[in-house]
Amino acid sequence: MTSTRKLAVVAGALGMSLVLAACGGSDSSSDSAEETAAEETAEEAPAELTGSINLDGSSTVGPLSEVAAELFMQQYPGVQVTVAVSGTGGGFEKFCNGETDGNNASREIKDEEVANCDANGIASDSITVANDALTILVNQDNPLQCITIEQANQIWGDGATVSTWGEVDGLDIPADFGDTPIALYGPGTDSGTFDFFTDVVNGEEGNIRIDYTSIGEDDNAAVTAISGDIGAMGFVPFAFYQESLDLVKGLEIDGGDGCIAPTPEAVLDGSYSPLGRELYVYASDAALSKPETVEFFNFYINNAADIASVAGAVGLSPEQTEAQLAKVAALSGS
Amino acid sequence: MSSRVITPGVSGGGPNVRSLEAPGLRIGERIIKALLWAAALVSVIVTTGIVISLLLPSVNFFQQVSLAEFLTGTIWAPAFAQPSFGVIPIVVGTLMVVFFAMLVAIPVGLASAIYLSEYAPTKVRKTIKPILEVLEGIPTVAIGLFAFSVLTPLIRDLTPFLPWTGPFSIGVAGITVGLLIIPLVSSVSDDAMRSVPMSLREGAYAMGATKFEVALRVVLPAAISGVIAAFVLGISRAIGETMVVLLVAGAGNPVLSFDPTKGIQTMTAYIGSTATGDISQGTITYDSIFAVGALLFLMTLVMNILAIRLVRRFREVYD
Amino acid sequence: MADDSGYSSRVAMPARTRTAVGGAREVTEAMLSNGDRKKKVRGLIIYSLLLLGLTTALLSIAAMITWAFIAGGPRLNLNLFTNVPSVVTPEEAGYRTAILGTLYVIGGVILLIVPLGVGAAIYLEEFANPRNPFNRFVDLNIQNLAGVPSIVFGILGLAFIVRGPLSLGFVAAAGSLTLALLVLPTVILASREAIRAVPSSIRDGSLALGATVWQAVSKQVLPAAFPGVLTGVILAVARAIGEAAPLLLVGAVTFVTFDPQFFEGGYSTLPTMIYSYAKRPQEELQVLAAAGVVIMLVLLILINSVAIYLRNRFERTW
Repeated sequence: MTSTRKLAVVAGALGMSLVLAACGGSDSSSDSAEETAAEETAEEAPAELTGSINLDGSSTVGPLSEVAAELFMQQYPGVQVTVAVSGTGGGFEKFCNGETDGNNASREIKDEEVANCDANGIASDSITVANDALTILVNQDNPLQCITIEQANQIWGDGATVSTWGEVDGLDIPADFGDTPIALYGPGTDSGTFDFFTDVVNGEEGNIRIDYTSIGEDDNAAVTAISGDIGAMGFVPFAFYQESLDLVKGLEIDGGDGCIAPTPEAVLDGSYSPLGRELYVYASDAALSKPETVEFFNFYINNAADIASVAGAVGLSPEQTEAQLAKVAALSGS
Repeated sequence: MSSRVITPGVSGGGPNVRSLEAPGLRIGERIIKALLWAAALVSVIVTTGIVISLLLPSVNFFQQVSLAEFLTGTIWAPAFAQPSFGVIPIVVGTLMVVFFAMLVAIPVGLASAIYLSEYAPTKVRKTIKPILEVLEGIPTVAIGLFAFSVLTPLIRDLTPFLPWTGPFSIGVAGITVGLLIIPLVSSVSDDAMRSVPMSLREGAYAMGATKFEVALRVVLPAAISGVIAAFVLGISRAIGETMVVLLVAGAGNPVLSFDPTKGIQTMTAYIGSTATGDISQGTITYDSIFAVGALLFLMTLVMNILAIRLVRRFREVYD
Repeated sequence: MADDSGYSSRVAMPARTRTAVGGAREVTEAMLSNGDRKKKVRGLIIYSLLLLGLTTALLSIAAMITWAFIAGGPRLNLNLFTNVPSVVTPEEAGYRTAILGTLYVIGGVILLIVPLGVGAAIYLEEFANPRNPFNRFVDLNIQNLAGVPSIVFGILGLAFIVRGPLSLGFVAAAGSLTLALLVLPTVILASREAIRAVPSSIRDGSLALGATVWQAVSKQVLPAAFPGVLTGVILAVARAIGEAAPLLLVGAVTFVTFDPQFFEGGYSTLPTMIYSYAKRPQEELQVLAAAGVVIMLVLLILINSVAIYLRNRFERTW
């Protein structure tokens, strides 16, 4: 009796896997709304492009490329696009080996990486696919609204000893908040966000006080931490701020021209500075010799606004769009 | 093991009797032995591969950072503007995970094993053992997510007297890893205890011992080699766990700390996040991954040598 | 006759054996002393402690499963299994490609670890001379490899399997091989314990009847050791299914919409995608991650059911 029953379980298990494998499976049916957004200046007839495109690299830009890949494949079902996340550095290594067709990068290529690409005969260029607004977060009940870069540096710089909010010069906070201790949360030292922030705020990449709490890879954890501690402060890419507007507050940045809030418009017109940054996908001449890759990059650039709005970044300005399209054209030799 | 071939079915003398001193293994035996030897060799090949892939970048690393600074420094900040390569903070992180993991896994695992092998009726055993194995099989990313969103707040609420700050805790990470390895410790110990011949138990029962005494005084000591093997496997697993610590213990900060309520980076978490992070290859920061990996390898090596010695001393051999 | 130190004066017994024998003697002596009631109470306390330990383990599993179902609840429908991933419309996303990828990779792992792992264990237990320094080295080696963190195997795989001598590229086969090497030590160690546990009377009896070593092993020892070996394989497969970090290095992607193949093309696995989704800010993707966990649990239970069935059929006691 029991062995028959167990046999039934086994049969059920095998049966289910077979059904799954054989099952036709529907492609993710997306709304026509997304499809109309992807109307394109395509020169090839959409159905005829085939091939495969492999992207790798940063986990910040990866989500953007995934959206781009999905929308692209809706238009060009014959092309197979995959996106991996080995990190910007690991991605560049594969990119310069010719193993990938594009590298998602949250920072610019470094000299040693350029040397590696040169050694393999690969010429590359950075294609800006989106803008990002690095957002400084504080707790919702924190009375502070606006901060200058100098004040941020006072809090975060290497050798800083500020431990309560009152110790920072010139902050616009009520006196009774001054004794609240500051709890600092920052990304892991291996992330592009870390490099960018330390460079902009503290003047040098990697320059930061040693007693902050690193959240490692998990930007969501920063949001959780900051929303739970009234004195907490941290910085995250725009997407994480965007998705947690009801949990945390994003500070306005005073870069010298008044307090600017982190909004897509402010990033696009350049007023949210200096914490606006560009996100790249690096393209190579080798990869762009394939027509599907050229088409993909053009698609990515032209649809940057829609892609960014899904993924939580900021699209491209018209000048940026033109410039990137020109870069693709130059690299692909057309 | 002797391998003399005796032709079966032949008794007494006669022309069919082969010499008892056969010249060696049969061909089939030899091929099989060679194949099996090759299988055992795979592990050696793997180790060689690991050593090779770790060695060159480590050498690069140690040409720029002295071994002394690496091993005795207490600030681990390889990617800072003024880098510091003292590895002790992350070693401490790893050891803390092992400590808390063992704190959970040894009592619970051993207790479960004793219960399952000595007390439980067969039906109960057959139901519970596979359920425990489900615990082992839960993917580390899943149990890490669970620990981060449910376990940490829970433990924090249960122990308000501890100085909790922030969402990460290496103590909770250690406990979570402990949960993961309970089935490992339990299963292997249980198998070891069940292999103790019934005759030993029955002899003790015949003398009037209680179940408890039989379990603790007769079976456990007899199965000690398997039990220690289980512990060593568990410790090894705890040392090498990457995903749970990434999700639950965060990355701490560069300064040495022993506080279980805070996030602290372990060696594995450092390797994991840096290898998939944005550091460019060929830099000294990237090479530090391999140096830490080499250190990890050496640590487990030393621990295993000790464990093997211990097991050899206590092995029981029957009939 | 027996003196204070026990039997050792009469029989040359290795020191270790005294432990079990000594235990038995203590038990006998205890029986002759008073305090039956205290013993009963103590026994009961121990029994409840044991049950408590077991309950802790079981409770954690239950909590874990409950959390997964609650967190992933909104996304739990049949589409989850058959739809391809989508980041544009996460409410329609499914784990189809990841499930297939996991099955392929794990299938490859099982095919590799059973012959290699059991073979190595048999060699080390039955054919190898334990005093031979090479064999001791292999011994130490295997035990050491069990503790090497999974990410190091990722580095190894990238250098030697994806590139280097094997040059398989970023394909599912490379992922299989990398994971197989990772869990191989577990299989070997568990199989060795299982083989060791078979009483040598079985082995010796077989040899005495004229069997070759291999015949004795394959016909008597292995079947007897089968449940223990199976434990090792189950543990190894369970571990391999849940690994994400080494696969990320070896080329598993986090976004792929076409069905995988074993030797070519991109692939993804369930834990890789779950980890990727968990790090995103969007709420729907967090739910999707939890739903993925539910799938993994279902998969796990299926595999374990097969294993239970096999093990119960072959279990025996001495």
